[in-house]
Amino acid sequence: MTEQAVLEVYRYLPDDEAEPRFQEYEFAYKDNWVVLDALNHIKTEIDPTLSFRWSCRMGVCGSCGMMVNGEAKLTCEAYVRDYDTATIKIEPLTHFPVIRDLVINMEDFMAKLPTVSPWLIPAEDKALSDGEYLQTPAQMAHYKRFSMCINCMLCYSACPVYGLDSSFTGPAALALANRYNLDSRDDGQGQRADVVTAHEGIWECTYVGECTQVCPKGVDPAGAIQMLKLSYALDWAKSLVMPRGGKN
Amino acid sequence: MTTELTRPLPRSWWLQKSPYFQFMIRELTSLAVLAYSSLIVWALWSANDKGPFSTFFDFLETPLSVWLHMLVLVAALYHTGSWIALTPKVMVLWQDDEQVDPDLIAGANGILFLAITGVLLWLVL
Amino acid sequence: MKSKPDRPAPLFWLLFAGGGTASAMILPALVFITGIAVPAGWLSQNDLLALVRNPIGRVVLVGLVFLFLFHWAHRFRYALVDLGLRGLGSQGWLFYGAAAVGTLLAGLAAVRM
Repeated sequence: MTEQAVLEVYRYLPDDEAEPRFQEYEFAYKDNWVVLDALNHIKTEIDPTLSFRWSCRMGVCGSCGMMVNGEAKLTCEAYVRDYDTATIKIEPLTHFPVIRDLVINMEDFMAKLPTVSPWLIPAEDKALSDGEYLQTPAQMAHYKRFSMCINCMLCYSACPVYGLDSSFTGPAALALANRYNLDSRDDGQGQRADVVTAHEGIWECTYVGECTQVCPKGVDPAGAIQMLKLSYALDWAKSLVMPRGGKN
Repeated sequence: MTTELTRPLPRSWWLQKSPYFQFMIRELTSLAVLAYSSLIVWALWSANDKGPFSTFFDFLETPLSVWLHMLVLVAALYHTGSWIALTPKVMVLWQDDEQVDPDLIAGANGILFLAITGVLLWLVL
Repeated sequence: MKSKPDRPAPLFWLLFAGGGTASAMILPALVFITGIAVPAGWLSQNDLLALVRNPIGRVVLVGLVFLFLFHWAHRFRYALVDLGLRGLGSQGWLFYGAAAVGTLLAGLAAVRM
């Protein structure tokens, strides 16, 4: 049993048109379709010129993020039936430059990730012969949720601070810094300070909290940033009392 | 030369969605904190040799003062509610490998607020 | 582009957090006292004056003004940035300076009792 749906899709074809516009596509959809299925149907059956990113279609790769009726969503997790199918508006992720149609330029995001040194920085170098790093389930639980990021950038679209100032390091990158700071095998909190405690780092965040609301993996970047604020503020306070004591 | 399209965020961004609006109201409750601080400073100056205290006290009894206080009270309670709701995000507590339920932490802070309010009112009144 | 830590930021954030907690916990009760109890006649002028003049009361009030004002300064300057007034909001010294002046005014008043 199929129903009709209309997608109102943002089009931007700079080779042909200077201005973006919306294009309506009407089609029959199946009850179990997600918005990504609808877009693929449009591309294969109606309009092959439509461009968009996607890959795993199961919510783990982070490729298919778009604005669905003004909300940042993974289109592989947004069911068509959950919307008013008379018209569903599809736009590229906000706060990113549009290359074409629903494809955005993600270079700013990609450039920011490595700046927080997202790798283990142990206190001491350990030879292979010394064996593995040991970690209890409790120790892993401390950072686990912050390790679940799939780099989908929905949080950057939801964040008005980033929308107003693209030099803001942003939710995902800072949550990633917190993931490593909280890892018992890591001792790099001090080394991450330059980037994390720069003005464009944690201090620019005003805790709007929408990043956490849109995150499809429950990372809670807003919570991560507040933890970082407290942690680095306490580091600063400690440094007043003991200048070279504590973290490197 | 790039043909990329940038879409600047409009100044009205916080009016477009309820969560953003609630956020901005929350931030603007700081003005109520500023307002009441001014009242405290006024009270302090009225109580010293620069008095008289009666001018200040008489104002407190006016309808204008009551209305202004009601506005500040609404803002203060919104601040209190939103602040307590956010305490679990900074106060992350662990029991072995399980995180202490955030609602418990918020609830405890809420009870603390009620206790402090009760004690203050009992002490003063 | 090398990042450098924002050195004053932790101080102002801690003051903001302290002031936010103090105001969250205490402000509603205070507003009730001066906004409802006094007009309702549950607190006399002499009693309120005695509270404000009390040495401990004075210290507490000046301390609250300090925390409240620095909470306002930090939150409000960033609210201005979020409202699109980055030019004004980025002048932290304006707001923290105002908070310092307010605190000084409160302290001066208390000392003169």
